[in-house]
Amino acid sequence: MLTRPDSGHLYIHGNPVPANSNRRLELQRKMALVFQKTLLFRDSVWNNVAYGLKARNYSRKAIELKVNRLLEQVGMQSLAYRRADTLSGGEAQRVAIARAVAFDPELLLLDEPTANLDPGNIELIENMIRQMNRDKNITVIMVTHNVFQARRIADEVIFLDKGKIVEMGSAEKIFTNPDQEKTRLYVEGRMIY
Amino acid sequence: MSQLSEGIFEAFRLIISLDADLLQIVFLSLRISGLSIIIGTLIGVPLGTLLGLKSEKKTRLASKLIFTLMGTPPVVAGLLIYLLLSRMGPFGILGLIYTPTAMIIAQISLATPIIAGLTMVGVRSRGKDVVETALSLGAGPGLITWTVIKESRITILGAIITGFGRIIAEVGAVMIVGGNIAGQTRVMTTAIVLETRRGNFELAIGLGLILLILSFFINSFLYNIQRGARSN
Repeated sequence: MLTRPDSGHLYIHGNPVPANSNRRLELQRKMALVFQKTLLFRDSVWNNVAYGLKARNYSRKAIELKVNRLLEQVGMQSLAYRRADTLSGGEAQRVAIARAVAFDPELLLLDEPTANLDPGNIELIENMIRQMNRDKNITVIMVTHNVFQARRIADEVIFLDKGKIVEMGSAEKIFTNPDQEKTRLYVEGRMIY
Repeated sequence: MSQLSEGIFEAFRLIISLDADLLQIVFLSLRISGLSIIIGTLIGVPLGTLLGLKSEKKTRLASKLIFTLMGTPPVVAGLLIYLLLSRMGPFGILGLIYTPTAMIIAQISLATPIIAGLTMVGVRSRGKDVVETALSLGAGPGLITWTVIKESRITILGAIITGFGRIIAEVGAVMIVGGNIAGQTRVMTTAIVLETRRGNFELAIGLGLILLILSFFINSFLYNIQRGARSN
């Protein structure tokens, strides 16, 4: 929805994405996206997390409550007033995820959120993702090249190769008894390219 | 060398004596350049942001035009505005020629392309990522534009400083459209030209030094704002 597709159609909950910009924005506000290369605004950590709430005209009190609670959840409260573009990669990604879930989206899209991070931060972010999914009932669609990570956190897996779906199903099935040979080779850690 | 030292002495004498004519010239210079930079910013920043957010392909001609206008010789800008505002020109009926308003128009025409061009370059370097992030967080068009401007604030302040530097030191355009009338349209730069022509080099150097001191303080103020923007 951020850019126009070269081909094909985009459906959300079975409905095509509306052309009307107001209805598009309304729909967009039910979703959040965290990019692989996070961009945090040149502002405080606190203001970054509050951004989506301000865009939705939440009251000041509600914003304060939500932002403080989220920063505590992601272990960033001590850095709340630090300039966000001075954070480390792991800290920045934690803030980006907090910012994305602050307004309780129905759908959270994560594009390789743990790429290039150290194991400690990967574990922290994976726990955050699980927690958001479990406690806030947010549907999470996450792109990863890390088969072990997909195995650790996914309920459902879609295996893509060169932009095409090879196989999809429950994580248990994909990782223990896949239908496709290509999937089997990949989950066994062998090269398929 | 003696003329230079006498010029420095003259500058201090003028400052200490608070000469009424000098104060009038200084305040007029500040009023004209100040208003011009404010109006130039109000036009240049939104224009530069708009162009910076559009794809380079679509704005190629506009970019080339702005870059060309950034280098317009002040006398050429002054001449064009003179032709537009002179009694025989299309806007002659407004009676603006040889007034501070005409000088402000001339300075706006010089500052705006610089502010728009440098803002465009700044926005282009990071704007697309900022827009995508803001959009992904549910921001509407107004908030997105404001976020892009806020994120480019260091470059924008740099653009304003550059624009101000150009117009406060400019003489050609204000001389043509203002006419350098004593007490009405005489500003620091045109007064320096006049005193040099008269052979009053000490006074000309003195005025030049005052102009440099004023420019230093104004640019220091803008620089501190920019530094604040960088560390906030």
